Amino acid sequence: METTSVKPQFSEAAKAEIERICKQYPTERRKSALLPVLHIAQAEFGGWVSPEVQDLVAEVIGIKPIEVYEVSSFYTMFNLKPVGKHVLEICRTGPCMLRGSDELTAHLERITGAKVNGATSPDGLFTLKEVECLAACGFAPIVQVREKYYEQLDTPAAVDAMLTDLRNQVHRPALPWEETGLPNALANN
Amino acid sequence: MGRKLLTEHINVEGIDTFEVYRKHGGYRSVEKALKTMTPDEVVEEVKKSGLRGRGGAGFPTGMKWSFLAKPEGVPRYLVCNADESEPGTFKDRQLMSKLPHLLVEGMITSSYALGANTSYIYIRGELLYVLRILEKAIAEAYAAGFLGKNILGSGYDLDLFVHPGGGAYICGEETALLESLEGKRGNPRNKPPFPAVQGLYARPTVVNNVESIAAVPVIVNDGGEEYAKIGVGRSTGTKLFSACGHLNKPGIYEIELGLPVEEFIYSDEYCGGIWKGRDLKAVVAGGSSVPILPKELILKTAAGEPRLMSYESLSDGGFVTGTMLGSGGFIAMDETTCIVRNTWSFSRFYHHESCGQCSPCREGTGWLEKVLHRLEHGHGHMEDIDLLVSVAKQIEGNTICPLGEAAAWPVAAAVRHFRDEFEWHVTHAKEAAKPGAVYQGKSVLV
Ligand SMILES: Cc1cc2nc3c(=O)[nH]c(=O)nc-3n(C[C@H](O)[C@H](O)[C@H](O)COP(=O)(O)O)c2cc1C
Ligand code: SF4
Ligand code: FES
Repeated sequence: METTSVKPQFSEAAKAEIERICKQYPTERRKSALLPVLHIAQAEFGGWVSPEVQDLVAEVIGIKPIEVYEVSSFYTMFNLKPVGKHVLEICRTGPCMLRGSDELTAHLERITGAKVNGATSPDGLFTLKEVECLAACGFAPIVQVREKYYEQLDTPAAVDAMLTDLRNQVHRPALPWEETGLPNALANN
Repeated sequence: MGRKLLTEHINVEGIDTFEVYRKHGGYRSVEKALKTMTPDEVVEEVKKSGLRGRGGAGFPTGMKWSFLAKPEGVPRYLVCNADESEPGTFKDRQLMSKLPHLLVEGMITSSYALGANTSYIYIRGELLYVLRILEKAIAEAYAAGFLGKNILGSGYDLDLFVHPGGGAYICGEETALLESLEGKRGNPRNKPPFPAVQGLYARPTVVNNVESIAAVPVIVNDGGEEYAKIGVGRSTGTKLFSACGHLNKPGIYEIELGLPVEEFIYSDEYCGGIWKGRDLKAVVAGGSSVPILPKELILKTAAGEPRLMSYESLSDGGFVTGTMLGSGGFIAMDETTCIVRNTWSFSRFYHHESCGQCSPCREGTGWLEKVLHRLEHGHGHMEDIDLLVSVAKQIEGNTICPLGEAAAWPVAAAVRHFRDEFEWHVTHAKEAAKPGAVYQGKSVLV
């Protein structure tokens, strides 16, 4: 798990990206950058935002920590507890349910050993999280992992292909501002 | 075959690049507007087109634009609503990821019409990969001189940015969206003041759906009158429908408004009929917030007229025998679908997504979910069915934003059209609670 005694720091690439983003809003409205910066923080620090990471977000934007906490707890995408190497966000809403999302969830619990909205798989690889409609209902059922959508997961073969793809990822895929090729930390398990 | 005004080139190789998009006539509307038209003339064309907001409410876009306050020396904003989170709706995601330049072009032409010099596209956080596609398109547009200072030598300046949300359906509601864009929780604002007077950063702001903005280039290129010739009555132009559920060919379809629903569902040009050779049971025609209709009423109005894909025809019969066009999220359910289970799933969605500011919505959505859960799982009572209707009534009209009603109306409609199926869940509780159990009786029509 993430150790919290050392104060977290953004990488140089992330710092540059954060400054680029802050410039998109009027100077006295830097707080607008909060959601984009939280996304960067979650990508940089192993898929979740600890209180220390949120304090860092407050510091770089120049707002109070409480302003970050009240926002990070409102939006579902920010994980406030440590997660496995890959967080599988399974859509559970009506249209996906009509095409087998309940069965998909049960299947994923069985083969990974993780509990949906609960314990990470014993190997530390997979966290299963149920989410609401991902705007891809015509390709149901859907799982989102970071910035990627895995669609039409209605056969065991399709699910296996997704899991193999994820197991083969040593680092998370680079983000556009990281193209310098720095290794990207996945959660340290 | 219907005309495709937005998606004609959607499958062209490389259409997501500036070069290819431009070769296919892209950015002509920017040239035409900035070089030959005043901003007000652009607004006038949009008014003439009869274009109605494609985000769900169907409010005339030109009229909305003309309400924008224009105090001297105060910046104003155009914000594109790309939050797309209404269950059943996935048209904007497709449009933006495949035709990013169409949205960028629409944003430039529309921002010019409104006199905005900074505009934002607010995209739901789950679609970060689409944000990357849009940012690339925007960078190309800057490089080509279509964004930035003094665009095409016209003296008009525009900066365009994409802003991600963080996962919250409520941020699709326009004032919650603006709060979110300001870096806050997505709590809808009390209105008035309306965004047209005090929107983003308390400045006059127009919020429009992706598809509304994407229709502006064709309106400017061909003229509002030409656009208005397509469609039926006050449902002008084309509309994207995202079809999902138990269809042979789910996906997005651009149709001319006025297409018969029956043709949309069964013709091979569109959804290709119901999967596995099954019969259709019910349809939610405009995203999860609109009333569900049984097969008989979605194919034909209560008066026996063929139901058309238009604002007026879909709402024919009001909430008693009709529904709404909404966002165009078209969810088809086959004969094996349990309506109680489906209604419960949607209620769980609204309960989860309620921002919690108003007690009728916060508590009411919780009640709806709880009661539907117990009906579906075999612990319901006969009184529960009327309880659902009464909770739905108490939410109606008592909330800050329409999410409460969006949660309530579909439940009321499900009970109205499928009451016997709800009753069966009480009288045959054990059987109904089994996974996959479906009521085999005939649903009663009002
Ligand atoms: C709960 C709720 C969710 C909404 N979600 C969306 C959405 O995802 N996308 C959208 O364009 N409009 C959404 N709307 C409608 C917007 O408030 C607003 O009417 C719309 O963006 C205006 O654009 P238009 O006139 O171009 O349709 C939602 C409204 C409510 C009440
Ligand atoms: S109706 Fe619901 S979602 Fe809308 S403001 Fe009230 S509590 Fe929030
Ligand atoms: S319901 Fe799953 S993506 Fe829409």
